[in-house]
Amino acid sequence: MYSYLLPEFIIERREDRCIRCRVCERQCANKVHLYDAELDRFFSSEKDCVGCQRCVALCPTDALYVRPRLADYRPNSSWTRDKLQNLKKQAATGGVILTGSGNDKPYRIYWDHLVLNASQVTNPSIDPLREPMELQTFLGRKPDTLKIDYNSDGKPRVASELYPNVPVRIPLLLSAMSLGAISYPAFKALAIAAKKAGVLFNTGEGGLPEQMREEYANNAVVQCASGRFGVDADYLNSARIIEIKIGQGAKPGIGGHLPGEKVSDFIAETRMIPRGTDALSPAPQHDIYSIEDLSMLIYALKEATNYTKPVAVKIAAVHNVAAIASGIVRAGADIVTIDGIRGGTGAAPLATRDNVGIPLELALAAVDKRLRDEGIRHKCSIMAAGGIRSSADAIKAIALGADAVYIATAALVAMGCTLCHKCYTGRCNWGICTQDPYLTKRLNPELAGQRLLNLLRAWSHEIQEMLGGLGVNAIESLRANREHLRGVGLEEWELNVLGVKGAGE
Amino acid sequence: MNGLNVKFGYRDVFLGDLMSADMLYDARVITNGCRATIDARGLKHKELNDLLRETVLRGSTELVIDNVFGQRYIGTRLCLPQLDKKITIEINKFPGSDLGAFLNGHRIIVHGNAQDAVGNTMDAGKIVVHGRAGDVTAMSMRGGQIFIRDNAGYRTAIHMKEYRDKAPVLVVGGTAQDFLGEYMAGGMVLLLGLNLKDGEPHRAHYIGTGMHGGVIYLRGCLMENQLGKEVGVRPLDERDWEIVGHYVREYCNHFGGEANEILSGSFQKLIPVSLRPYGQIYAY
Ligand code: SF4
Ligand code: SF4
Repeated sequence: MYSYLLPEFIIERREDRCIRCRVCERQCANKVHLYDAELDRFFSSEKDCVGCQRCVALCPTDALYVRPRLADYRPNSSWTRDKLQNLKKQAATGGVILTGSGNDKPYRIYWDHLVLNASQVTNPSIDPLREPMELQTFLGRKPDTLKIDYNSDGKPRVASELYPNVPVRIPLLLSAMSLGAISYPAFKALAIAAKKAGVLFNTGEGGLPEQMREEYANNAVVQCASGRFGVDADYLNSARIIEIKIGQGAKPGIGGHLPGEKVSDFIAETRMIPRGTDALSPAPQHDIYSIEDLSMLIYALKEATNYTKPVAVKIAAVHNVAAIASGIVRAGADIVTIDGIRGGTGAAPLATRDNVGIPLELALAAVDKRLRDEGIRHKCSIMAAGGIRSSADAIKAIALGADAVYIATAALVAMGCTLCHKCYTGRCNWGICTQDPYLTKRLNPELAGQRLLNLLRAWSHEIQEMLGGLGVNAIESLRANREHLRGVGLEEWELNVLGVKGAGE
Repeated sequence: MNGLNVKFGYRDVFLGDLMSADMLYDARVITNGCRATIDARGLKHKELNDLLRETVLRGSTELVIDNVFGQRYIGTRLCLPQLDKKITIEINKFPGSDLGAFLNGHRIIVHGNAQDAVGNTMDAGKIVVHGRAGDVTAMSMRGGQIFIRDNAGYRTAIHMKEYRDKAPVLVVGGTAQDFLGEYMAGGMVLLLGLNLKDGEPHRAHYIGTGMHGGVIYLRGCLMENQLGKEVGVRPLDERDWEIVGHYVREYCNHFGGEANEILSGSFQKLIPVSLRPYGQIYAY
């Protein structure tokens, strides 16, 4: 059936610059550029272009331009181009439309309506170049009180029971992206960067390959999701933190589905499933139907690891998230991860990705406030995830109550991703979201790891600078310190939920 | 701390004021060679599991636990890489939920009923229950064997899977409730229906919804509308009879009964119709 779709991109080749090196032809996994040697000419099948900019970035003579074709349909602010195209896609297939990476809808991004404070005359700012600036933080449950006893020889010692805590050198962690959703080189790059930066990466629900355990497990957060892929006692015991995945910001309330054709030998091995079967991880964990059930799983994981590791629970930001988080902490979780509506994904139904969930900023502030009001904030660490685009977003998240933030899309962009939203096709030209060996070879894990490390380094310098400007010398003193934030252009109710004053107050 | 003296959640109450494993060992364990008899009366789950670990670390390989009343996670904390021997655990009375969760090789025998999630995400080993089991029995089980003498609850064998040489086996003497084998991706379930009257059908609905691997053998009858649409019914072939015969005989070894009589009943085999049940509903 004809799809009646219009091409989304227009490709221009400046013939005067093109040297017929055919790089673009080789780079495009969508076979957009075709070279005819007899005519010595390129032809482009524009309708297959996804706008990933790989050919543009690698063209040695800058001969290519790939631009969105926006105005093909008659302009209409109600029936926009993407609405029309989606209708045509569904009319042709009868299917649920899939998409990759995060929500691109123009919902309000609260980070851009929050500004930070700065020290002036009355309290001095701090110069991070000369003075110590502490970015290290500890993830895990803290005791209710700290009792100190004295030994017989008069030496003090901590008498209260301490819970397992994991130190991270900077409060930036690499968020859950499973092997299978992303390629092995991309997965490994995350591990390399996390190890070098002294932080953690999250394996997602795809397991942790044996060959990486010895070297990288010490920096791994491993996930236990509804499919229980790759979960056994050794996997659990090798990690630093275990995360129970209940929900994900890009697709709250629905599960994951890695199609059988992507389940190669290697993926099958790590997920511990037969080759070529669909890896279905349904929305609910089938042993969890209540907070009490969640508690049962939390303690099963603690038992399996002899109470040596913090257990995290990851949920999507939704209405009532504060009450849910309170239940999670009461169920025994040491860390609560909140993933907002802008979180990325390898594959999700478009309708869910763009329309379900709430912004991270509001959810985070609500959770922090609720836990404080109930006197249980110290019982858990809060991780904020979903759409953290810069060091400024990260520091604002900490001021709104997060202990640390997770980044994922930003990390992919650092590796080359151009947000073409086509991850689910398995033909990622950047070698990130694909299992095709020809494409995955494009990503060198060491180099990609270095790029990630550079990103983390740059952000931590920026965070130090901003902290210094606030007159704060430890990231932990900023946590939930909303006095350092002001809202600009926000409504009264939004300021209330955020717990932030308007600018000028 | 919070000034309000808010009692924090029910869990801390469970886990507060625990007796140390050493103290418990002295008071509760009687050893005889490699065999240890443990009195679990009144212990919290963490205390009991601390104690089991301690007993195993001190060299016992056969544990008999008396007076078990609802303590969870028995066997879960005995994954000790330094341990080369597999442990046998005999439980008198009623273990709590998540019995043998993540179990990797040990053997558990229960003289009584078990609760929910027996063998949750179990890797290897054997669990034998002389009684019934609750909901989500054998959830995500990946290897090893579970034998239940009587019935199992809802969502039994949900998401059961197999991997390399690991293929889990669940044998239930009675019947199971709805959603049996939902999302099943591997392994084998044998449901004997021994407590059903002649001609009385199994009652479970939605059997094998989303199933995309493995096999369910069912003794007794079923209505078409009790099956999920992802499963097909087949007669047993020679190889199937061999497998069924083998496990029925083992069932009788554990719990008694006449293997040949059981095998003379009518059996059917449920298998998935596709490896990729939901491959078609997505586009672009
Ligand atoms: S899909 Fe990417 S590589 Fe191919 S033509 Fe379009 S921008 Fe270039
Ligand atoms: S990971 Fe690859 S496919 Fe996905 S958005 Fe980025 S460039 Fe596109």
